[in-house]
Amino acid sequence: MATTVKTVARPAGLRRKLYLIAIIEGMWVTFRHLMKNWIGNLFGQRQKTDIATLSYPEEKKAYPERSRGLHRLMKREDGEVRCVACMMCPTVCPAHCITIVPEEAPSGSIEKRPRIFEIDELRCVVCGLCVEACPCDAIRMDTGIHAPPTLRRADAILDKEALLARGEKSIATQGGVGPFWREKVKA
Amino acid sequence: MLDSIFTFFARHLPYGSAGFAAFSALVKSAALILGFIMLLAGVLTWMERRQSAMMQDRLGPNRANIGRFKAWGLLHFVADAVKMIFKEDFVPPQANKLLFALAPMLALAPVLIATAIIPFGAPLCYGRMTEVLAPGACAMPIELQAARLDAGLLFYFALASLAIYGTALAGWASRNKWALMGGMRASSQMMSYEVTMGMAVMAMFVIYGTLEPGAMVNAQGDWPGQWGIVGVPQVIAFVLFLTAAIAENKRTPFDIPEGESEIVGYFVEYSGMRFGMFYLGEFIEIITSSAIMITVFFGGWRFPGAGHLAASLPNWLFVGASVVVWSLKVFLFCAFQLLIRWTLPRMRPDQLLRLGWQRLLPISIANVVLAAGWILLRR
Repeated sequence: MATTVKTVARPAGLRRKLYLIAIIEGMWVTFRHLMKNWIGNLFGQRQKTDIATLSYPEEKKAYPERSRGLHRLMKREDGEVRCVACMMCPTVCPAHCITIVPEEAPSGSIEKRPRIFEIDELRCVVCGLCVEACPCDAIRMDTGIHAPPTLRRADAILDKEALLARGEKSIATQGGVGPFWREKVKA
Repeated sequence: MLDSIFTFFARHLPYGSAGFAAFSALVKSAALILGFIMLLAGVLTWMERRQSAMMQDRLGPNRANIGRFKAWGLLHFVADAVKMIFKEDFVPPQANKLLFALAPMLALAPVLIATAIIPFGAPLCYGRMTEVLAPGACAMPIELQAARLDAGLLFYFALASLAIYGTALAGWASRNKWALMGGMRASSQMMSYEVTMGMAVMAMFVIYGTLEPGAMVNAQGDWPGQWGIVGVPQVIAFVLFLTAAIAENKRTPFDIPEGESEIVGYFVEYSGMRFGMFYLGEFIEIITSSAIMITVFFGGWRFPGAGHLAASLPNWLFVGASVVVWSLKVFLFCAFQLLIRWTLPRMRPDQLLRLGWQRLLPISIANVVLAAGWILLRR
């Protein structure tokens, strides 16, 4: 293929050839941005400026409501762990990062509970399948925080106490208490 | 203690003696360079990055701090200086060691020496600093100008030409193709634009009838309407001088000798504080050229109401006010030059030389004639 040369027309007319007017126009644009951003930044009105930068550790962007963060274990009304050690989550976990050792629950309608509940946050791929698999709303990933960096690998394994520390009471009822859902729909 | 110092001065360095002149020039020069120019040059290295960031909707360097003292990141220039001092001072094995070491000094020294002719404030009255003085009452004024040369601005041009040696030698001594190209570009560019620069100010020489910066400031009035910029040939001279000064300082749109994206420039092999000297020299050149522009076109230290203030304030207070006003003017002009630098794109070398020789030089020569005609008309 032959090389073709495309001649670009140069600006005609004294106004364009002088450059000065175009330069002043351009400087007015940059000056406007400078003033807007500078004054906004000086008086702490960052949101009114055009600057999109966030100074990360001090300023954080809120994550979307459904973003998956660090795990937590939810609690029942009496403060006990909601988990019934049904082994759904370690079964579904593609990374095999959940370790549950069940034990017999002391009393009540719930028969099992986890004696050991550990999640290796280094292995976790944050897929959220454990949350979907859980039948009792016991495990959640809605904390909105990242797995923190650790100096030793062992520190990245969260045990039951650590997982419960962020846990709170779930509003879902557990153990078949309350009206059956079909009754609810009729009412 | 103070009395003995005063008696020492009165005995050995009386007003008007050569010793007094040399001593006061030394003090004035040291005060100007250490107290203002070096400080402002350091601040400008930070300001250039911060201002450009603000112009481009970014934040820029805002992190450096000492404990809780942060000042929007102003301390970055201190951090940069510390970094440069402790960096490895690398000399290419094939380089000419002597010239390699000499080049940064040759780049920095002329621009510092050129500051000697800048008048940076109203005259201090020797021995009567605490008195309120009537106009013209001072018999022994100390001009705030390190060297009062009749050659004046020609001295500045001479030293600006000397700065070429620093860049050209840096390019040559590095034994690096890109550095050499940068040095060659720098010398051709600086030589081309010096002519325009000189001719642009030639028009102002014709109008003022003097080359001496101090006398130029004295010829201007307090109010902006009485400053050197007012008039057709004066405005043309200002635009020409500004353009040539930017080219002389090798800054965008004329930063061809140090085009980062193509050849890096004559200081490509320099590191540590030797690079820092080039860097600092560039910012001092901005300050010096701003100061010269203010002296010639914008009334030097003069400000509206200065005459009334001089007659109602003690001498030292008024001089202090004039120095502050002069500093503010210089600062604003530096900010203006940074605004230009971050607005315009770089030119090609051929465009640069065409602009210099075929456009600016004929206009500047015509402007000298225009200035002469202007004087005849205004007479």
